[in-house]
Amino acid sequence: MIEKILAAVICHFATLLTGVRARWLGSLPDGRVRVYYANHRSHGDFALIWATLPKRIRERTRPVAGADYWLKGRLRTYLINRVLRGVLVDRQAGHTDQADKPTGDPIAAMSAALAAGESLILFPEGTRNLGDGLLPFKSGLFHLARTNPAVELIPVWIENLGRAMPKGSLIPLPLLCTLTFGPALTLQTSEDKAAFLARARQALLDLAPPAD
Amino acid sequence: MTPTDTLLILFGGIFAALAVASLIGGMLRWRLQAGQASGVVDNLNARIKAWWWMIGALALAFWGGKAGVIMLFAFISFQALREFISATHTRLGDHRALLWCFLFFLPLQYGLIAIDWYGLFSILIPVYAFLLLPISATLGADTTRFLERAAKVQWGLMICVYCISHVPALLTLEIPGFAGQNLQLIVFLVLTVQSSDVFQYVWGKLFGKHKLSPEISPSKTLEGLVGGVLTSTAVGAGLWWITPFNPWQAALVALTINMLGFFGGFVLSAIKRDRGLKDWGAMIEGHGGMLDRVDSISFSAPIFFHIVRYWWVP
Repeated sequence: MIEKILAAVICHFATLLTGVRARWLGSLPDGRVRVYYANHRSHGDFALIWATLPKRIRERTRPVAGADYWLKGRLRTYLINRVLRGVLVDRQAGHTDQADKPTGDPIAAMSAALAAGESLILFPEGTRNLGDGLLPFKSGLFHLARTNPAVELIPVWIENLGRAMPKGSLIPLPLLCTLTFGPALTLQTSEDKAAFLARARQALLDLAPPAD
Repeated sequence: MTPTDTLLILFGGIFAALAVASLIGGMLRWRLQAGQASGVVDNLNARIKAWWWMIGALALAFWGGKAGVIMLFAFISFQALREFISATHTRLGDHRALLWCFLFFLPLQYGLIAIDWYGLFSILIPVYAFLLLPISATLGADTTRFLERAAKVQWGLMICVYCISHVPALLTLEIPGFAGQNLQLIVFLVLTVQSSDVFQYVWGKLFGKHKLSPEISPSKTLEGLVGGVLTSTAVGAGLWWITPFNPWQAALVALTINMLGFFGGFVLSAIKRDRGLKDWGAMIEGHGGMLDRVDSISFSAPIFFHIVRYWWVP
């Protein structure tokens, strides 16, 4: 119960601070199992996607988060496990220096959530981008698409949140944020990893406002 | 007639006019078949609704006196600056300068009106912000498109804060024989300039043929400009009795601020087009943002302020 209230508080606060609005171009919010993948520049990115999804969809949508960051400290652990219901993955697969680290293969953990009928939010750059534009994608998105060929991938461009609360700044700027949801993508037969990742990355970049 | 009576009559008149407009808008909507879409009628009704909000907010602010008016326009500046900076590309190195804009220069500019310090009010942003903000930005140690970024921040602050703050600053002018009636100057400015927007729209829709500049604003026509500006100049002249002007002075002042207001909308359209935007925001659903509403006020308020200050304040 308290977790649901906290989740609602996070969404309302994010909406109030950023005046966020969602533009759905080429896809519509519905209950289908999906992977929303977005550019990542701020810790608030996930909250903002959550805040723009209708409540019934939000309750069935989980973020994919780096275990190395989120399992540091009790508050973060509580937030990611109970409130945000994150699917924790090990970003440095192979390094096993964390006692509390999630077990197994990240793709298996994500696929299990999808199989349970829940959508995912994924940041395929793998880390927060401190510059402009978009970093190269990690291969996770490709492996996820190959393992779950029926699941739609929806690109989501998050505009301005990275400027409003950049890394290392204590006070956020009251900028207005816009989320643009693009048309769904699926892995095509005979599409290799590099081609697919390039196509997915371009689909996300196409939603960004013109650079100057 | 006391100043309060004048204001009551003015607002009573405006609300009555709005009620008639709403009635006509409602009837036009009703005459259309249920479910039938009409862009023009819906747009008209959205505009009338925005006017209710605008006049309602103004009436509420007037009720709060000078503090109420300062707070209303400080909020308008905040929202407009928010929209401007949100649509403008800046970099991480500008973060601190932008914080200064929102948290220091904006409140201080309006605070200076409250304490009536005209000397600093008039140079705070053109001089102090102009020099201090780029200094703050250099500390971000990022030289990429530096001049362009500094210009954008300064421009946003000028348009959204400095220019708009000249509306409440009208309350600080001491005009002989006009004591206690300065709120009427705000009514004159807002009503003249905003009605110009409406009349341009109406004239453009009815008679518009020659597009002024399709690449900047596809809806603006020569017929709309001439008809709209002349009609609202007549409105301004008709309001001479609430101002320290005589009728022909009121007409000339109204003509000046209408022209400036028109080009204010034009200039900000050019910025919008360059950024690939249709509207500055979505504050009023389907009706654009704050900056779409106040672009004409922003360009006309400082000039109106200086005209009154130069010729009517001894």
